[in-house]
Amino acid sequence: MASILPGAPQEGIGYSFSQAAPNAASEPRQHSFYPYSDNGGTSLGISGTDFTIMAADTRNVSGYSINTRYSPRLYLIGGEGPENKGARIVLSVVGFTADGSALKERLDNIVKMYKYHHGKPMSVSACAQRLSHLLYSKRFFPFYVSAILGGLDEEGKGALYSYDYVGSYEREQCRSAGAASSLIMPFLDNQVNFKNQYQPGSGTGHNLQAVVAEPLPRERVTQLVRDAFTSAVERHIEVGDGLQMMIITKDGVQEKYVELKKD
Amino acid sequence: MDTLVAQYSCPAIEDTTLDAEQDELLHGPDALSLNFSLPPIAQPSSWLRAMTDDASNPNCPIKIAHGTTTLAFRFKGGIIVCTDSRATQGNWIASQTVKKVIEINNSLLGTMAGGAADCQYWLAYLGMQCRLHELRNKRRITVAAASKILANLVYSYKGMGLSMGTMCAGVTPQEGPALYYVDSDGTRMAGNMFCVGSGQTFAYGVLDAEYRYEMEDEEALELGRRSILAAMHRDAYSGGFINLYHVKEDGWVKHGFSDMNPIFWKTKLEKGEFSNVTADME
Repeated sequence: MASILPGAPQEGIGYSFSQAAPNAASEPRQHSFYPYSDNGGTSLGISGTDFTIMAADTRNVSGYSINTRYSPRLYLIGGEGPENKGARIVLSVVGFTADGSALKERLDNIVKMYKYHHGKPMSVSACAQRLSHLLYSKRFFPFYVSAILGGLDEEGKGALYSYDYVGSYEREQCRSAGAASSLIMPFLDNQVNFKNQYQPGSGTGHNLQAVVAEPLPRERVTQLVRDAFTSAVERHIEVGDGLQMMIITKDGVQEKYVELKKD
Repeated sequence: MDTLVAQYSCPAIEDTTLDAEQDELLHGPDALSLNFSLPPIAQPSSWLRAMTDDASNPNCPIKIAHGTTTLAFRFKGGIIVCTDSRATQGNWIASQTVKKVIEINNSLLGTMAGGAADCQYWLAYLGMQCRLHELRNKRRITVAAASKILANLVYSYKGMGLSMGTMCAGVTPQEGPALYYVDSDGTRMAGNMFCVGSGQTFAYGVLDAEYRYEMEDEEALELGRRSILAAMHRDAYSGGFINLYHVKEDGWVKHGFSDMNPIFWKTKLEKGEFSNVTADME
């Protein structure tokens, strides 16, 4: 049904790998070299006073076909061995899965090597800058990946860094990336940063007093994350199946998996 | 550690061999800036443009964060540097809290317009080069020299698709307050006043009307703030927070990162400006 609507992607059979560059109908095709595909998915991170929650759905798509209903988008970075035991940094990658896992491998190697060289785990701020440089090292052949990095800073406060495709980065309170980020981000602005919320009874018109944002407790943030995803699933075809959550505290990283709708 | 020391240290006694700086001028920038991977095709730059240039192709798959108004001007009391804080990817507002003033060291500032990553990365690289210059020569780098490092650097990447319009502002004992404009075409010029970015014309409109070299500090700060406010109001790609800096003889001072909305309404209601906007809330 959706495919007959104007503006919908004109794709053939939904192979799980890209066939050719998507191009506008009337435009001549300029480049047949198209090394990317979009595997959909959405990620989300919120930082609090002593924790950071990272979350992402686990659906992996190509066009309209679903490749798998469980492909994790959150990765532990650093720690010991292939299981990343004791890791305190979480990376989420959405966009092109191949680029994403390549990026994760590189960052994981770097963080592990850092510990062997320096005898201490890498700080989140250092890891964040290194990730920015990793992305920028492919400035002229970018990773097709929106990355979010979460952890705890040197003071034990929640730290969250978001990136564009070529490595511009910023520390934030909350960020959503990927397919449904445009659905989730406005919700987060309102519910986490209290944007456009005013004190009830503080007056009318110009007298309204804005609600001052303050860090939210963990239970509240967990509930917001779930609400954000159940809502996104209702309105975005590339989001669904399962929700992978990682909660980073001083005691370690706790992983949770919640089912999402599978249609 | 030893390799690092060997790489950056100079012989104690000056000899005739080239020092690291001259070596770099002859052989191009050091390895740190040369590790870029390229797509395995004949025309990497036109491919990159097809993938990332959302101005010519709104459907391009990779949208790089863009859009800005930044300004800086010289006056009696030093230099005012002021920016907005919005980053856009196509029509999507990617962030409203971008720090577009980059603190290179405690007396040098850089501003960020164009590709966010390009500016962030190369101004950080410039900060590193400035520090190395300090260590090698035992004195602060001049703004002229710093801006030229950046200009030569971006010129060496000309045609590859870098996108940046930046201003370097600083005060040094040799040159006093100095302001340079550097962009990714390789342009580098000194001047008293620059506005850069999609909202530059709106900022110039206010700045040209009110600017005097003999302004007091408070007047100058207010003019910087008001010019950015005008650009935020009229340019859809600018907005968010007003980031204001004053560069003085003994370094720069930050004058806040303030939400534009209350400032806008204060300007309207208390000064009667922006009379095109209705104040009725009913």
